[in-house]
Amino acid sequence: MTQNNRLSSGGRIDRSQPLTFTFNGKQYQGFKGDTVASALLANGVDIVGRSFKYSRPRGVIAAGAEEPNAILQMGATEATQVPNVRATQQELFDGLVCQVTNGWPSAEFDVMGLVGKAGGSFMPPGFYYKTFMYPQSMWDTYEKCIRKAAGLGRSPRENDPDIYDHINQHVDVMIVGGGAAGLAAALSASRSGARVILADEQAELGGSLLHASESIDGRPASEWAAEVIAQLEACDNVQLLPRSTVNGYHDHNFLTIHQRCTDHLLDCAPIGQARQRMHRVRAKWVVLATGAHERPLVFANNDVPGCMLASAVTTYIKRYSVVPGERLVLMTTNDSAYQAAFDWAESGRFVVAIVDTRAHPGGDVIDEANRRGLKVIAGSAVIEVKGSKRVTGVSVSAINQLGDKALGPVKHLTCDTVASSGGWSPAVHLSCHTGSRPVWRDDVIGFVPGNSQQKQLTAGAINGTAALSTCLQEGFQAGREAAINAGFDTVPSISLPKVDERHIGAAMALFHIPHSKPTSRAPKQFVDFQTDVTAAGIEIATREGYESIEHVKRYTAMGFGTDQGKLGNINGMAIAAKSMNKTIPETGTTIFRPNYTPVTFGAVAGRHCGELFDPKRYSAMHSWHLKNGALFEDVGLWKRPWYFPQAGESMQESLNRECKAAREGVAILDASTLGKIDIQGKDAREFLGRIYTNAWAKLAIGKCRYGLMCGEDGMVFDDGVTACLADDHFVMTTTTGGAARVLEWLELYHQTEWPEMEVYFNTVTDQWSTMTISGPNSRKLLSELTGDIDLSRDAFKFMDWHEGTVAGVPARVFRISFTGELSFEVNVPANYGLYVWEKVFEHGAKYNLTPYGTETMHILRAEKGFIIAGQDTDGSVTPIDLGMDWCVSNQKPYSYIGKRGMNREDCLRKNRKQLVGLKTKRSDVVIPEGSQAVADPNEPVPMTMLGHITSSYYSACLGRSIAMGMIRDGFERMGQTVYYPQPDGSVIEAEICSPIFLDPKGERQNV
Amino acid sequence: MSDVTNVEASSPVQAGEQAAKPQVAVMNLLAGEGPRADSPLAHAELGAIAKQSDAKGGVCLQELKLLGHLVLRGDPNNQSFVAGVTKVLGVALPAALKTEVIGELSVHWVSPDEWLLIMPAKQAFQLERELRAELTGHYAIVNVSGGQTVLRLTGPDVDKVLCKSTPYDVHERNFPVGKVVTSVFAKSQAVISRSGEEAWDLVVRRSFADYLWLWLQDASAEYGLQIKG
Amino acid sequence: MFYIYCPYCQEHREEEEFHAAGQAHIARPADPDNCTDEEWGDYLYFRKNPRGLHHEMWVHAAGCRKFFNMTRDTQSYEIKEVYKMGEQPQIVSEQDSIARGTA
Repeated sequence: MTQNNRLSSGGRIDRSQPLTFTFNGKQYQGFKGDTVASALLANGVDIVGRSFKYSRPRGVIAAGAEEPNAILQMGATEATQVPNVRATQQELFDGLVCQVTNGWPSAEFDVMGLVGKAGGSFMPPGFYYKTFMYPQSMWDTYEKCIRKAAGLGRSPRENDPDIYDHINQHVDVMIVGGGAAGLAAALSASRSGARVILADEQAELGGSLLHASESIDGRPASEWAAEVIAQLEACDNVQLLPRSTVNGYHDHNFLTIHQRCTDHLLDCAPIGQARQRMHRVRAKWVVLATGAHERPLVFANNDVPGCMLASAVTTYIKRYSVVPGERLVLMTTNDSAYQAAFDWAESGRFVVAIVDTRAHPGGDVIDEANRRGLKVIAGSAVIEVKGSKRVTGVSVSAINQLGDKALGPVKHLTCDTVASSGGWSPAVHLSCHTGSRPVWRDDVIGFVPGNSQQKQLTAGAINGTAALSTCLQEGFQAGREAAINAGFDTVPSISLPKVDERHIGAAMALFHIPHSKPTSRAPKQFVDFQTDVTAAGIEIATREGYESIEHVKRYTAMGFGTDQGKLGNINGMAIAAKSMNKTIPETGTTIFRPNYTPVTFGAVAGRHCGELFDPKRYSAMHSWHLKNGALFEDVGLWKRPWYFPQAGESMQESLNRECKAAREGVAILDASTLGKIDIQGKDAREFLGRIYTNAWAKLAIGKCRYGLMCGEDGMVFDDGVTACLADDHFVMTTTTGGAARVLEWLELYHQTEWPEMEVYFNTVTDQWSTMTISGPNSRKLLSELTGDIDLSRDAFKFMDWHEGTVAGVPARVFRISFTGELSFEVNVPANYGLYVWEKVFEHGAKYNLTPYGTETMHILRAEKGFIIAGQDTDGSVTPIDLGMDWCVSNQKPYSYIGKRGMNREDCLRKNRKQLVGLKTKRSDVVIPEGSQAVADPNEPVPMTMLGHITSSYYSACLGRSIAMGMIRDGFERMGQTVYYPQPDGSVIEAEICSPIFLDPKGERQNV
Repeated sequence: MSDVTNVEASSPVQAGEQAAKPQVAVMNLLAGEGPRADSPLAHAELGAIAKQSDAKGGVCLQELKLLGHLVLRGDPNNQSFVAGVTKVLGVALPAALKTEVIGELSVHWVSPDEWLLIMPAKQAFQLERELRAELTGHYAIVNVSGGQTVLRLTGPDVDKVLCKSTPYDVHERNFPVGKVVTSVFAKSQAVISRSGEEAWDLVVRRSFADYLWLWLQDASAEYGLQIKG
Repeated sequence: MFYIYCPYCQEHREEEEFHAAGQAHIARPADPDNCTDEEWGDYLYFRKNPRGLHHEMWVHAAGCRKFFNMTRDTQSYEIKEVYKMGEQPQIVSEQDSIARGTA
């Protein structure tokens, strides 16, 4: 392929580095420095996609982030697929592979296009709402067709090989935009010593200076920019971030920058490098120098490939040395667009005419056009474009001075390119992100940033400033002010360079070019190219009563594309205003939300993925569990052994074996993950009495007690055993998942309600390794490991704790039991946890010591009817509902947390759900947890539900299934039968019983 | 929740009043020579990695393992508490966000009523006893030597690794040598202190140590990670 | 993402270090047992949802673990002040100051 539209010299591309790339399966050539869009235009590729709704062919219209059409699917392999890449921002590299996003089956020939063309009103605005809302059952079918036809890009089906990361930054002055104003701001801020970041979305800093016609201090503007950039690069306190889009401006001057580190190099980042990086920046002051987007004009068939923004024409010619056509017609409402015609002419191609909508344009550019011999047709407009896959000509008509009537006569001009400019819309997006509403200015013919809560300044074209010298001046000033505001008092001012620029004439406020036919009858006049919203569509919306601009937006989908309506929104609002006979400020504007341009999921996730997705917490014995074949269960962030399967065992077989070992021999559980809180202070005991539902006043030193914790509403939220270590010293245990919450709860009450209480809470969860040795042989085994703790039944009673050594390691041993067996909980400093665990196993071999995990723990405790807070409770259950009245004191003088709540009328009423045991009629059937109980399985749906199953297991020791569950009035229904209907239509029948299935007198643990 | 409704009740110990010794269970948590102690990163075998590790690299990681860690709680407005601690430590307790180093002992401010004391393991029980002998009234000491570990990061690129890991500003203007903060670190937390221009210590919890070790390897990869045994 | 001054650490910290802990200045009734169900219900469940100034509690969860109060504009998200537990706000909405009888 030859690059027919490439000029032989000029531009900022590197002709010594030719690059090959593939678009829609076909190979093309470009140069280093090209974007995909400039390379496609150089190769004369007109069609880069099909439109969303009407499937019309579309070409490149812009040269930057605002591009609505050239949205590509990129990636050479399945794993490196990236959807929604703007061809105008993607730099070319050798081997780049991309294809059109829209266009089924192909962009060149599109069946949907026929439909779109055939029926002009086939899909009027609101079509989706009107057509596809009902019947709802059909939506799946509709959606498939629409999605297929719309083709919004696709995500990769394989794992992304690249890494993405995050970096936190703190700066004094954050400057957004590296054009004239941004560079000036950075230069002056940098002189103060302030920490400065300058971020710009383009590959090269400089913005419009890179192709500006003006000279600064007698040199081309691009040379001035290069010099300033070099100065900034030399500053230690300045970070320059090209290829970095500031995508979000959040509360309190927090900004997110999406930096594309290697997207311009290769399909996949070099090993060890992050492909993209998200900078999370906290700035003392922010300078927004985001510039402005040129507005296209809205005219009939203005979407035919070959229709472009005037400024884009200049950019392609001057920066990429690409002239995107042969014969140009330029339509403009203002002076700035004339440059496109001058650049076109200088490239040696033909300017058919400059069609100026103003009756009497008067700036310097008019004289220059005359000097260059270019034909200017004033007081006229291009009312319609001819052609389908490429512009073939235009219809030009005189228009009235208000710009709402085509006066005729209609002249036809032959051309292949139509550049248009309706003026410039300041890029107010970021200033909107924190809630500031933009303000309309008639002199700018655009919205400028409104008042902001943020410590924010603006400079340059975002303020509606057009003249380069003023942009520079505003930049210098804003940079200086920002540094001073950030606390730097010596900020040398910089003298303004001399800018040689043209006198600018007044622009005309015109958005929608009138056609000789009414809008509804004229060929489509596109407002939002990405969502196919037309001028007629907006008029329909207002006619149908959508008066708020927010509603018009939602009804028509204007601005809902991935481009957020950067090109179309202002035109759309102007059209809506006009059709309602209002002014634009009266109609108002929609505002923009983050992100400014699409951000990859990779950049959002950063390194918080894969192995690093979430912390995994391990006990000191984890390596032993791994070596011994444990399978793990996630409990909070902890990895806890779930069960320890042996070769050839099913899960149930493992559980049966582990349970039997605990009941008949000796078994051991790693209970290190339980939350542990050290409590010291003379008011510790009183504090426990206020936070737990039961009494603590008389707990003696050396004793432990089980406690329930409720919220103020009287509902159980955590439980555990607390030991009295000394009069002013306790250690509390909490559930594994509740540890952090309970500590914060204690601190909350201490810091806010009872600060006079002398007590300190410290977490010691990680300090202690805890191993629970359970079973008839536990005493025998433990006695081999300790010489200084008397383990005999009378010296070491149930619910006692003793200090001593185990395997030569300082230990606190608690005789408590969650299994119902004789059980010792050994706590040693975690540095020795693995050592002691290993020693226990050395001695345990002869007793066939069996390690067990959380699942066996659950079965063993359920056999005993012990609850697990968070499994058998759900925030709606009082201690009374659990049948745990024994754990509720009414004697305590202080109205402890939960007491008043438990005594609310609703908690005292009859008919509450209560925790009971459930025995299935068929002993081998295990009721699925969560199953709903009903009294009559034949009752028509919706059935009256009595409660649900909270815990359910197969108990090998009992030779049957057991379950616990909530049943309305359960305590009164002992012996009654309830039914659990299952999703497969079967019904499980169960009898309500006591939840204590084993050893109701508690004799097993008292041996 | 609530206001402090009865602030007057929270008055510190009155002068002249005989403050009682708190009744607590104190225990030497260090075993003798026999039992093996494993640091939270023992399984990572940093010593073995150190032998193979490249001597170059912008980041160097060392686990300062099996040190003594004591949490000291007390009211800095309580003269008797402050005087007692100063007498035992030989220096005043550091003010907010400051670290004091006295020989092998470092004292880190953690909270208005909390300090973290780090020292060789063998000194922890002795120091706790000395403090308890000196102090009266309301305070607390908790030995957490087994519950946490210190990761020392040195090298010219450590600040960049920290920027990837914590939202706290580690620039020297905000984080000079001698400062200490507790902050978010990756998806965990750490007590972060700066002991030199290019030297930082992280105090991390035992159960999170492996996660943070993985995180630090990953974050350091682009600068080169050297391991010191 | 808020930038919050912790009155205990005495410097600004990122929001990630904090948890919001609900409305401030809700005193636990001195004698819960003698509250009516309605009074207890008000204490437990009823919270303001103002458009404008709001007093709320935060805890420096990943920092010093201290609770403190904040006066915040719920519309602009501007933090007007932070103050320690037991202290009263300096900045109150007109409505609140009328309610407190200090207008």
